[in-house]
Amino acid sequence: MRDGRGQIRRRAGLRLWLSGGWLALVLFGAVFAPWVAPQDPLMQDLFTSRLPPFWMEGAEPGYWLGTDNLGRDVLSRILHGARIALIVAVSAGAATCLIGATLGLIAGYFRGMADIVISRLVDIWMAFPPVLFAILLIAVLGTGLTSIIVAIVVIDWTRFARVVRAEAMNQGAMDYVASAQVAGYSRLRTMLVEILPNVLPTIGALLTLEMGISVIVEAILSFVNLSIPTDDPTWGGMIAEGRQAIHQSWWVLVFPLVTLFLTVLSFSQLGEGLKDRFDPVLR
Amino acid sequence: MQFLRAILLRLATTAVTLFGAALIVFVVVRVVPGNPIAMMLPPNATEDDVARLRALYGLDKSIMEQFVIWLGGVVQGDFGTSISLRRPVAELVLGRLPATLELSILALILAVALGGAMALLGTRWRGRRTEAAVDVANGVGMSVPDFLWGLLLILLFGVLWPLFHISGRVSPQLDLPFSTNFYLFESLLRLRFDITADLLAHMFMPSVALALPLAAIIGQLLKQSLKETMGLDYVTLARTKGYGETRVILREALRNAVLPTLTLVGVQFTFLIGGTVIIERLFSYEGLGNMAIDAVINRDLPLIQGIVIVFAALFTAVNLVVDLTYAALNPRLRHA
Repeated sequence: MRDGRGQIRRRAGLRLWLSGGWLALVLFGAVFAPWVAPQDPLMQDLFTSRLPPFWMEGAEPGYWLGTDNLGRDVLSRILHGARIALIVAVSAGAATCLIGATLGLIAGYFRGMADIVISRLVDIWMAFPPVLFAILLIAVLGTGLTSIIVAIVVIDWTRFARVVRAEAMNQGAMDYVASAQVAGYSRLRTMLVEILPNVLPTIGALLTLEMGISVIVEAILSFVNLSIPTDDPTWGGMIAEGRQAIHQSWWVLVFPLVTLFLTVLSFSQLGEGLKDRFDPVLR
Repeated sequence: MQFLRAILLRLATTAVTLFGAALIVFVVVRVVPGNPIAMMLPPNATEDDVARLRALYGLDKSIMEQFVIWLGGVVQGDFGTSISLRRPVAELVLGRLPATLELSILALILAVALGGAMALLGTRWRGRRTEAAVDVANGVGMSVPDFLWGLLLILLFGVLWPLFHISGRVSPQLDLPFSTNFYLFESLLRLRFDITADLLAHMFMPSVALALPLAAIIGQLLKQSLKETMGLDYVTLARTKGYGETRVILREALRNAVLPTLTLVGVQFTFLIGGTVIIERLFSYEGLGNMAIDAVINRDLPLIQGIVIVFAALFTAVNLVVDLTYAALNPRLRHA
């Protein structure tokens, strides 16, 4: 226990580096996919169908992670799929955060009528199974990237609202907020200048968590064939195809699955790591 | 008296929540594009046929009128008729609900057992390697959602080491002598352990996938409160009496540490039930969630409404039970 603090710091650092490194790699792959992908992700070629990954017998150079049953290169599809995954992660994550955190802040600091309305809405929202709600929304909005993002925001704003509300309530009861009031700050200014900065570490951790969740939601929607209507590769779509062909070509499922797994894990670990590093109490 | 009033207030908010949920689903479902009526009729149907069928399902009235009619039916247990399956929604939903309940409860039991074991291990050997390992396992368990665990389990126990069934609820060739749809429960009651084994071989992977994230959360929170409790005076007193560490944890600390975890398990259990939707799909398990996805794909409005309302009722019921249990177990709340 003597070196407890040092130990924790070191572990948090390693966690930050590993998760940040993986996400940087995914970002690089997404941005430069057309240049770094060895093959055209959409090109079908029945002569190269179901090629195994490079270390197995029968592999062909240039198809490092093998091909699916239409002869499309798995690695190239993963790289191109990273684009949609990251677009959804960043835009849905940011929009959800903005809306949910704002409502949570208002409910937690102003209390009163606003709190009653927002809390009741959160209760109603929590009574829906999120995946079913998402599928229902996509059925209403139609498939497509925008629909996915809107669906994620509509479903998940409550996560931010609940946590930020509780946190804002805690902060609002503190002495420094009372002194700001005495100093003549308006309620709105107190909320933005005094409360918000103290809630930010929590919001940041939730934001990266939400990005990981967004990637999963997109994958789930692709899995039930309700994501984007074009041929563009998505990780969830690849997983759904791989699930069908699991006994013939396991690599079509394994590689996108591992990519998705590491990405989701990295997003949540990055959030936890950043929170540990920037939380003044722990530091 | 105050306790009673708190319960009544809680019941009233539950009713408001359910009503709000019903209204939202009703409106959302009605703006779904795609005409379910057109899908039911042959291509040569006349305008008159369409109009008649719309009237039959009540779709020719305004949304608010439809809502009032539907709500009036629901109160009497009539959820309307499924458009795609042409059978009463109540019958369809009640037929599938047992499968989903059995899966959720099995997953909950697994999660509590696994999470509890992790917490006890981490507390018994706190500050050592064991606790660090428990922390890492909990961290990973929490960050990876049930859908991904399900896929990983399929790879592991369906393909690499095919121990369990990867789809369905029960082997189709089995002759089921049951009178309810609670197969697992009934197989135990009737001592048909061959069927129990077959059911469990189907339910193992989906229930583990649902259980892992919750197990990690229980493990972490329970360990945290156990460690706090271990520093209290009465625990030290028990130690000075010469009780062993394991006995102190199990007999003295656990009882007091379990309360905060209980509230959390309630909320998390509703998330677990929500997770059955995609997990049932993944494992082709014939439950409510799987039927729900088909209902959305088929634009089966009455069926979607019925399923969502049953889920919402289930969620609010779980929350209600947890709140009441918490109040009953916590003397400070009971007399407040």
